[in-house]
Amino acid sequence: MIGAPLATSFLQDRSFLDVLYIIAFGLFIQGLRGLSGPTTAVRGNRIAAVGMTIAVIATLLNANEGNWGLIVLGVALGTAVGVPAARQVKMTAMPQMVALFNGVGGGAVFLISWSEFRLTHGFSFTATYITIFSLFAAIVGSVSFWGSNIAFGKLQEIIPGRPISFGSSQQIVNLVLLILALAAGVDIAGGSHSESIFIGMLICAALLGNAVVLPIGGADMPVVISMLNAFTGLSAAATGIALNNPALIVAGMIVGASGSILTNLMATAMNRSIPAIIAGGFGGGGAVEGASGAGEHAGTVRSTSAADAAIQLAYANRVVVVPGYGMAVAQAQHAVRELTKALEKRQVEVSYAIHPVAGRMPGHMNVLLAEADVPYDQLREMDDANPEFSRTDVALVIGANDVTNPAAKNTPSSPIYGMPILEVADSHSVIVIKRSMNPGFAGIENELYYDPKTTMLFGDAKSAVSEITAELAQI
Amino acid sequence: MIIASTLTTNLAILVLAGFIGFVVISKVPNTLHTPLMSGTNAIHGIVLLGGLLIVGLSGNGTFNKIILVIAIAFGTINVVGGFLVTDRMLEMFKVKPKPPAAAGKGKGEDDGKGKAS
Repeated sequence: MIGAPLATSFLQDRSFLDVLYIIAFGLFIQGLRGLSGPTTAVRGNRIAAVGMTIAVIATLLNANEGNWGLIVLGVALGTAVGVPAARQVKMTAMPQMVALFNGVGGGAVFLISWSEFRLTHGFSFTATYITIFSLFAAIVGSVSFWGSNIAFGKLQEIIPGRPISFGSSQQIVNLVLLILALAAGVDIAGGSHSESIFIGMLICAALLGNAVVLPIGGADMPVVISMLNAFTGLSAAATGIALNNPALIVAGMIVGASGSILTNLMATAMNRSIPAIIAGGFGGGGAVEGASGAGEHAGTVRSTSAADAAIQLAYANRVVVVPGYGMAVAQAQHAVRELTKALEKRQVEVSYAIHPVAGRMPGHMNVLLAEADVPYDQLREMDDANPEFSRTDVALVIGANDVTNPAAKNTPSSPIYGMPILEVADSHSVIVIKRSMNPGFAGIENELYYDPKTTMLFGDAKSAVSEITAELAQI
Repeated sequence: MIIASTLTTNLAILVLAGFIGFVVISKVPNTLHTPLMSGTNAIHGIVLLGGLLIVGLSGNGTFNKIILVIAIAFGTINVVGGFLVTDRMLEMFKVKPKPPAAAGKGKGEDDGKGKAS
């Protein structure tokens, strides 16, 4: 019990509680404003954390005394899982971590709705609008929980990253599941107090979450993660309305807005509509092969050695590094930083060009490079980087593929035609570090590799970059 | 009457929060999108409050208790884990002292972009 003699009616007064909630969401907004730049971001995150602490304390002041045991148990369990996970997760595994966190958020939301249902004996004597928001939270929370778990499984490579689907009947299956979940919801809102129908609704939503994310390929993950983030936020906001809690409404809605903005940005950066991504797969596989048949490329691929690449880089004035998912997979960010440090010692000007969908989540590359101590001001966003390629001596592409493919600009028949790309082909020469000639996630041949300016250095990103650094030291 | 006014007030809060969220989040640069996502993970952990409020009403029933403890645990994972991992990431973005040679070049490049922060 918190200060028993002081726990007067004033601390449990609804207005006082609401004031604390308003302070809390004010701090959330102020904290997120801090994220507008790296210098203010750390403080912003801490301000938001203070807001959260206030919101939790305010709620605890009003929690029923009889249940402290359960609260302590839940918080202890959550802390025991959350703290080590947050401390130990590798930066390369951040997409999985965020997917998992989206999932548990959605899980909490649907479990809370479920207990509301049980406590009110199937929403008896509950205002209809509260029932509706609670049901919305249950459905969306369940979709988000299961969808996020599948996304986590794909990113962690427990589940194959390639699209898994029912083929052409996929959309019908999804639609049927959605209709079933909604029908169950309507039935409950209409006054049926049956828990089996509620559970049926949760199951349909769970299957829908699985069915929506399973067909989505690895390269579309940035969109999916952002979308699930939005879902969890919106379901939290709905819970806030059902529980008449302003802090929950504001926080949930802001997260919903954030997720929606990111989803939209990612989809734009891939020149794909969100419905098309949810519908799954990358166009028709056959069409892709037809568009990029082997005969189309008259050019040959020229491979190079670490020693030659080192010479090329050493005598350049300006080098732009283009990182992609391959760098993350190989954990090559520190090796890349060593290489660029060595180049900087030779007075080579180095910057990094980062495509918005490079990697598996928004901003993935930036976090990895920040971890490797790359100065923030060397990171260029796509629109700033593109005009600079024409005065770049060497573009060093490390594990990036589709985001550099000139077909997006030149070949109207290509499935990625219209997608904004990093125009590395404008630089004087290009070195591509890649494991093999296998096409990228989209299964599209990259014209860049046949460009006479391009040389390929085959190998694992980390060892290839380290070899170049070693060779550089000998020059 | 009272119910209706609560609903409209809450809907107003919802809509305004959506607009504010849109404006505030639009200012976050691409570079910070991963920390933004983990930070918003932490913030949606606020569903923890829902668990805390309802557990006070739960009375008896083992199953009710189990799902609420799980919900509280999930919310706590979000809050604690989310803020910690975001803090860890953002520390990496802090500007570090640069070697003089690189600093000179970096500055020149920076002028055009400085306005972003």
